[in-house]
Amino acid sequence: MGGSHLALVHGLNVAQQIAFFALAGAMVLSALRMVTTKNLVHAALYLTVVLAGAAGLYILLAAEFIAVTQVLVYIGAIVVLMLFGLFLTRAPLGTGQDLDNNQRWLAAIIALFLFGVLGVTLQKGFKGTHVNAIPITDGGSNTAAIGVSIFHDFVVPFEVASILLLAALVGAVVIARRD
Amino acid sequence: MPGDPLFNNGLNLAVALIVIIKAIIVFVVVLVSVLFMVMFERKVIGHMQNRIGPNRAGPFGSLQSLADGTKLFFKEALLPAKADKRIYRLAPILAVVPAFLVFSIVPIGGTITIAHHVTRLQLVDPPWGILFMLMLSSIAVYGVMLAGWSSGSKYPLLGAVRASAQMISYEAAMGLSIAAVVVLSGSLHTSAIASGQHGLLHFRNHTVPLPAWNLFRTWVVPFIIFMIAVTAEMHRPPFDLVEAEEEIAGGFNAEYSSLGFALFYLAEFMNVVTMSGVTVTLFLGGPDGPRILGHSVGPFWFVLKLFAFLYTYVWLRATLPRFRYDQLMDLGWKRLIPASLGMLLFVAAVRTGSRGWVIGVMVGLVVGAIALMRALSVGARTTEVEAASIARAGRRA
Amino acid sequence: MLLNEYLLLAAFLFCTGVYGALARKNSVLVLMSIELILNAVNINLIAFGAFNHTVAGQVFALFVIAVAAAEVGVGLAIVLLIYRNRHSIDLDKVDVMKG
Repeated sequence: MGGSHLALVHGLNVAQQIAFFALAGAMVLSALRMVTTKNLVHAALYLTVVLAGAAGLYILLAAEFIAVTQVLVYIGAIVVLMLFGLFLTRAPLGTGQDLDNNQRWLAAIIALFLFGVLGVTLQKGFKGTHVNAIPITDGGSNTAAIGVSIFHDFVVPFEVASILLLAALVGAVVIARRD
Repeated sequence: MPGDPLFNNGLNLAVALIVIIKAIIVFVVVLVSVLFMVMFERKVIGHMQNRIGPNRAGPFGSLQSLADGTKLFFKEALLPAKADKRIYRLAPILAVVPAFLVFSIVPIGGTITIAHHVTRLQLVDPPWGILFMLMLSSIAVYGVMLAGWSSGSKYPLLGAVRASAQMISYEAAMGLSIAAVVVLSGSLHTSAIASGQHGLLHFRNHTVPLPAWNLFRTWVVPFIIFMIAVTAEMHRPPFDLVEAEEEIAGGFNAEYSSLGFALFYLAEFMNVVTMSGVTVTLFLGGPDGPRILGHSVGPFWFVLKLFAFLYTYVWLRATLPRFRYDQLMDLGWKRLIPASLGMLLFVAAVRTGSRGWVIGVMVGLVVGAIALMRALSVGARTTEVEAASIARAGRRA
Repeated sequence: MLLNEYLLLAAFLFCTGVYGALARKNSVLVLMSIELILNAVNINLIAFGAFNHTVAGQVFALFVIAVAAAEVGVGLAIVLLIYRNRHSIDLDKVDVMKG
């Protein structure tokens, strides 16, 4: 599928732009709802929407293996574990309880300030920089390239990550054990 | 050659039509096979228990599932007073959609030519292929969990908690046994996994009179682990603690009626069909089989193998009693995950073709197995001691 | 696509996560906000990886996902332990060491 006949406006691919802003809009709204909702399980579901949107963005950037891993690990395991934690700690149905502490305004100011600083810096640094999502290898998929990269250039970080996961496994068992 | 050759010459109307037609065919085939599966299961279990089974609707009761579905469709859809409305309605859809989508990556034959366009007999052949199946089965957890939680009553919530722990635990073993297959085929494309199992088995320059299916190439153990893990993933007997009628009154879908219940029911049986299809693709060579009268009849062999699995699942249901929850977790974490990890290492070592790796990995596995058994026996003893001391403390109080 | 679209979105998610981690008192919600922060980092990694035409960004995103999984495993174990001892997972109430 050649990219030559795709619609371009100001050097931007229109279809990609539409997809990006649809995903980004959903992610922004869900992220805001996640940190403001008064229902615990709804918060977890809004987090799921954000994570799924991120997976969509990865596909736009031709990182389809990361997108699948994102759904598999984040949505399929991490959020499910969190829901599991919420169920076990008796998350009540409905929106009665207060989930925020009394530093809400302070937190909002800090977050806004941080966003202002980051936004200005990013605009100054990367304004008008284009990024294109051409697959890095010829086969149309860069899963193999990731595998090669992990087991050649990043073997030591990989081993460290596996030790970390093992330690986390043992640690979680020891902590949660009834003694 | 990865990907579907249909898109080699770009996208045009004919290609789009072929894709739409294929999607509709897959949809219809899956739906009809579910109707068949419901009837098949009730008939076979009936015969295994010396009963006749459904025999009223249609010839030999063949329209029974259609009658059941129609009946459910016209029932009143109840909404429990304490339910979370939107999630309560969303949950059945989350259960049924992944079950549908899994079948789209299953190859049921080679390629066919429609109007000068060559296409594979499978809906999509994405580069992440088999990971798509794992991805969808992890989304399917949400249907069960949210159904249980949003019903707003105790038993469904218990079912949801059981389901989440069970499905996450067995997903690990399932993923590791799939990894053994992927190591052998060197591709995530389901079409490549299926076509890589063609021909006869080679072992150390000898030809063994067995088909080169992954079942044999991975030394059978990953297949067994995969079967067990899939059964647990679909929460079918003997792993149906999620909906154990005798303990938690039907579990996660106890509060559902009418269409919602029908969708869960549909998803459950659809999972049996699609997961059998995936198992055939991964381990039994997919559409691989001898030619009949000089014709390649891939779909025939595929359906035949699929039937064998469908029968096996029904057989398991009629034969085995339900697991206890601690037994389920012990089997998953202490047996299946270590075994699948070990087999992955072993298959990878054999794949390298070097004697040193194989011997090294085998020594490592034996040492690991001994250490694991020792740890398990110590753990079991500690649990007994603790239980005894708790019991003593209880008597004293 | 513009690189900044991704970076600004990631910055927004990061700040939302910071707000959530600071303003929420339920510990599972705090864990979720931390996931939001990690996810923002992942988007940055992948966007810069595509920008530089290397897979290194994707590899690091994989490591971040692995670390996030480990973090949630241990974090939830701690939350369950707190719940077992205090019958509440509000972080404001976990202050027995306070003088």
